[in-house]
Amino acid sequence: MAANRFNAFTQLGIGIGLRIPHYDHILRNKPTVDWFEIISENYMCDGGRPLEVLDQILEQYKVIQHGVSLYFGSTDRIDREQLKRLKTLVKRTKTPFLSDHLCWGSVDGTYTHDLLPMPYTFAAAKNTARRVREVSDFLEVPIIVENVSSYAEFHVCEMTEWQFLSEVVERADCGILLDVNNIYVSSKNHNFNPYDYLDNVPHHRVGQIHVAGHSKYEKYILDTHDHPVLDPVWKMYAHAISKCGPTSTLLEWDAHIPSFQEVHHEALKARKFLEQVIQSHAKPAARRPVAAATA
Amino acid sequence: MTRTAPKRQTLSELRRLQRLAGAVIMRPLARDWRMQRRWIDQRDMRVVANEFIKPNDRLTSFERIEIYNRQYWFRLIDCMYEDCPGLRVVLGRSRFNTLIKAYLLQHPSRSFTLRNLIGHLPEFIERNPGLVDPYFDLALDMARFEWAQVVAFDGPARRPLTVDQLLGKDPVKLRVSLQPYLTLLELRYPLDDFLIQLKKTGLRGEASNAMSESATRQRPRRRRALRRPRRQSVFVVVHRHDNSLYYKRVDPRAYRILLALAHGFTLQRALTKAYGPDVNAEDIKKWFTTWSELGWFCKSE
Repeated sequence: MAANRFNAFTQLGIGIGLRIPHYDHILRNKPTVDWFEIISENYMCDGGRPLEVLDQILEQYKVIQHGVSLYFGSTDRIDREQLKRLKTLVKRTKTPFLSDHLCWGSVDGTYTHDLLPMPYTFAAAKNTARRVREVSDFLEVPIIVENVSSYAEFHVCEMTEWQFLSEVVERADCGILLDVNNIYVSSKNHNFNPYDYLDNVPHHRVGQIHVAGHSKYEKYILDTHDHPVLDPVWKMYAHAISKCGPTSTLLEWDAHIPSFQEVHHEALKARKFLEQVIQSHAKPAARRPVAAATA
Repeated sequence: MTRTAPKRQTLSELRRLQRLAGAVIMRPLARDWRMQRRWIDQRDMRVVANEFIKPNDRLTSFERIEIYNRQYWFRLIDCMYEDCPGLRVVLGRSRFNTLIKAYLLQHPSRSFTLRNLIGHLPEFIERNPGLVDPYFDLALDMARFEWAQVVAFDGPARRPLTVDQLLGKDPVKLRVSLQPYLTLLELRYPLDDFLIQLKKTGLRGEASNAMSESATRQRPRRRRALRRPRRQSVFVVVHRHDNSLYYKRVDPRAYRILLALAHGFTLQRALTKAYGPDVNAEDIKKWFTTWSELGWFCKSE
C-alpha cells in the first residue's frame, strides 16, 4: 500500500532532513542512512557550496526534495522562474517525487515565508488542486502535499481540515505527505480528535510520513521541530501506518539541532512501529499483493 | 418553510480574504513586539480579527492571528541579523532595528527565497541617510560588503579562463569578463579586517539571534564591544575559491584594471586607465597570474 503511484512506487525506509550542522559528519563518515530529505529552496541557487555539498551527498545517498514555497493554496499566479529553477534541481537530484505544503503564503507577489492555514472551502480546494496539477505537469514528477500545523482558523470554513485535504488530493489526483506531528499540534490548537483526522484521509494516497517534535505553551502548541518526538505523536504514527501500511518516514529536526547521531537515533525509533506493521501485514499476505507492500 | 444552503466562498472572495489576512500578518508590530491594537482605519483590531478568524476557548481571534504577525516579523528580522552582522554592530541594535523595519516595509520579500532579502539595502540606505545618521558612509559600505558576500556564496559561476588562454592574445582587442559571483568594492573603511575581527570575537553569533532576543526579550550576555573602524580607503574583491568565501584586498591600480575589464573595456584600455602611459609589466604579470589562478576571468559576454 505504501509504495504507490503517488511516491513513484518507492519504499525508502527511514530518512532524516539534511541540515548544515551535519554536513561535515556525513561527508567525512558516510553514515548509513536510508535517505535524506532536502529543502528544495536551499539548493535552488546558481552555484557555490550548497550545490557542491549536494552533489557529494547525491553520490552516496537517495535524496527526496521537500519544498516550502510553492504555496499551492495561494491565488497568485505560479512563478515560472521558480518552477524552472525547481525543475533544474529535480533533474540534478533525480528525486522520484516531490513534496510541498497544503497552505498559502504569498499574496500579490509578496512572500510571507510562512505556511499559512487555508480557509477550508470548496473554492480554495478547487484553486489549490488546479495549482498542484499545474506544478506536477511542469515538473513531470508526482507531487505529494503535506498538511501543515496551524494556530488560526477562518470563519469561512465549509469543511474540516481532513475533508479539505481529501478534497484537494482527489481533485488534483495527487498524494499526501501525512505529517502526524502537525495533526497533533493542530488538534490541540483547534480542539479536534487527531484520530478522526487519521481515520478519514484517503490512506491509499499517503506517500510519505513526517514526524517531529513540538513545544507546548500556555495556550497553544507550536510546531518548532526542536525536540525529540513526543509519545502521543509516536502513538499516532503507529496508528497512521496501521492504516496506510509501512510508509517512508522522515524525522524533521530544524532548530537546536543536536548531533547527527542523536537525530538519526531519534528517527530510527520509527523502525519498531514499521516492523510491527510489516509483521501484521505479512500474516494476511495471501489477501494482499506482495508487490504492493514491498516494492 | 424553505431552507437556504449556506453561501459558498468564491475564488474572488478567497483572494480578498488572503489579501486581508496577508495585510494583517505583514503589518508592522507595535513597539512592544505585539500586534498593533488598531487597524489602518483606526478600528479596534480585536473587532477586525474577529471578522475573519475564529476564536477558541483559550485564544481570541486577535491572539491567534497575532501568532502569525509576530512570526512574520521575527523570521525576517532574524534573516536580516543573519545576513548583516557587521551592519548591526556598526549601527548598534536600536538604530539597526529601526533601519531594518523601515527597509522591510518598503522591500518585503518578493521572491520564493529569502536569499535576496538584503539585495536592495545599499540603495535604501542611499535614499534614507537619516536612518543611519551619523554613520552614513560606514553603513553604506557595510551594506554593500554584506550583500557582496551573499552573491559570492552561491552566485553563478562561468567556466574560468586560464593564463594560457590569455597569453598571446592582442591586448588591444582582448576583452574578458569577471565571474558573476565576484564583487569589486572601493571602501572608505577597512571592513575586510573589521569583519574578520567580528568573526573572531564571536559577536557575529550574537548578532544573529534576533529571533530569540525579540521573542523572549532576554538580555544578551555582555561582550567587549568592537570599535567602529577608522576611515581608510581600501580596495577589496569579495569572491569565492573552492567554494569558500574570501575578501582579497588589492592595489588601487589593480582595482582600476579589474573595474575597467568588468565595464567591458579591452585589456589595453584597462591598463591605460589604471596606469596611464607607464605600465609596470612586472605588476601586471603577477596580478594576472594570481587572478587567473583564482578563476576570476571568464569569456566576455
